[in-house]
Amino acid sequence: MSQSQLSTKHLLGIKYITKEDIELIFKTAIEFKDVINRPIKKVPSLRDVTVANVFFENSTRTRISFELAERRLSADVVNFAASSSSVSKGETLLDTVNNILAMKVDMVVMRHPAPGAHHFLSKHIDANIINAGDGTHEHPTQALLDAFSIQEKIGSLVGKNIVIVGDILHSRVALSNIFCLKKLGANVMVCGPATLIPKHIKSLGVEVEHNIKKALEWCDVANVLRIQLERQDIKYIPSLREYAIYFGINKQLLESINKDIVIMHPGPINRGVELTSDVADSHQSIILDQVENGVAIRMAVLYLLAGRRN
Amino acid sequence: MDQGKIIVSQERFQLTLMRLCHQILENHIDLENLCLIGIQERGVFLAERLTDELTKMLKGQPFHYGVLDITFYRDDFRRRDVPIRASATHIDFLVENKDVILVDDVLYTGRTVHAAMAALQDFGRPRKIEMLCMVDRRFNRHFPIKADYHGIAVDALDDAYVKVNWKQKHGEDQVLLFAGKVD
Repeated sequence: MSQSQLSTKHLLGIKYITKEDIELIFKTAIEFKDVINRPIKKVPSLRDVTVANVFFENSTRTRISFELAERRLSADVVNFAASSSSVSKGETLLDTVNNILAMKVDMVVMRHPAPGAHHFLSKHIDANIINAGDGTHEHPTQALLDAFSIQEKIGSLVGKNIVIVGDILHSRVALSNIFCLKKLGANVMVCGPATLIPKHIKSLGVEVEHNIKKALEWCDVANVLRIQLERQDIKYIPSLREYAIYFGINKQLLESINKDIVIMHPGPINRGVELTSDVADSHQSIILDQVENGVAIRMAVLYLLAGRRN
Repeated sequence: MDQGKIIVSQERFQLTLMRLCHQILENHIDLENLCLIGIQERGVFLAERLTDELTKMLKGQPFHYGVLDITFYRDDFRRRDVPIRASATHIDFLVENKDVILVDDVLYTGRTVHAAMAALQDFGRPRKIEMLCMVDRRFNRHFPIKADYHGIAVDALDDAYVKVNWKQKHGEDQVLLFAGKVD
């Protein structure tokens, strides 16, 4: 009987896992996708595991997706949101998490505004840590579900051209996606206004393009990111209207490139800015598949980390 | 390397398969209600062979056939050194009110069957669940579970290992007995 486990105790970022890890997560996610499409969407694997969802930053869909994944694995779940907690009273991150762990929690799913918060924590606590987003650093489960959705739609990623469009500078999704897609053998390009592309991004082995039409002509898949106004303390673009004109994807633009590319978006979509509604809702869009696959991927990650002997 | 002792040869293996088919038919006149479910991974080899033989015997009269993976239902999850890789489940019918026969190659501790019964609950409430195995290691049970149909009963020490080889996977049908665990 084939056996396998992840090479790591925590999922801190895609940078720290191997291609084999990613493939094992995908293989397991296929079986979990089958489970969540059954009339009874639950398996008992994690019935003796307690998971804390610790969110120091707002999140709706990622938190719901993790919580559903945990519940479908029969884990006990506690939710902790920073806005309504002791953090506003001045407690440190380590104290907060140690307090939660003292209540016998086995796994921590955490989102934190500071890049590297998960690394810091992993050096001090025993529980498995899953990064649900750390500042502008990584968002590994989003990258896994994106790559899984692409693979499901067009097959192996080896040699495929994927463009990531939008605010690359502030995006943890972009960075995790670049690591993940490169590990799986895809060619990656980033496209956006010069102010929103990090200076040394080429050192990660990606191409840079500032013309959206050229980028779409090159690619098989376009992963379109949201313009994150809340992360921009100074203006990087003159206006949303101007961004929409130069980098927004509309039906006319898609039809002008003469091939059927796949359109993705991690949500939430600013309709009319990065994507028009007719594109977001078209047959080329796999946005809702991404959401469904998110639960399966997170189930696989939780399952494989929990099953690992520490 | 231990070559193992052949306890069921190829010729007898085929006869045993035929006997198991006849026993199934003897007890299940109502074929519409019958579901044969192979437990991943090795139970599927036996379930496939039984399905082939039954299909020939019944001249195409249909019965339900499925494949069940119990990885997510195992009671040793987080207790093993490494987790077992999951396999596929294909059950495209509800087992509600059906007569299910769970099929596995070796019935040993009974923990796999126990997990399979838990997994099956997620596909409805069967009227009845029976157990069929090629090899029944009678004296090594951890649960009060028994086989309704078995190819051969083997009374061996705990240390001994019984392996079933399948024509479709290993090139030859046979049951082998080893003094210790082999891969």
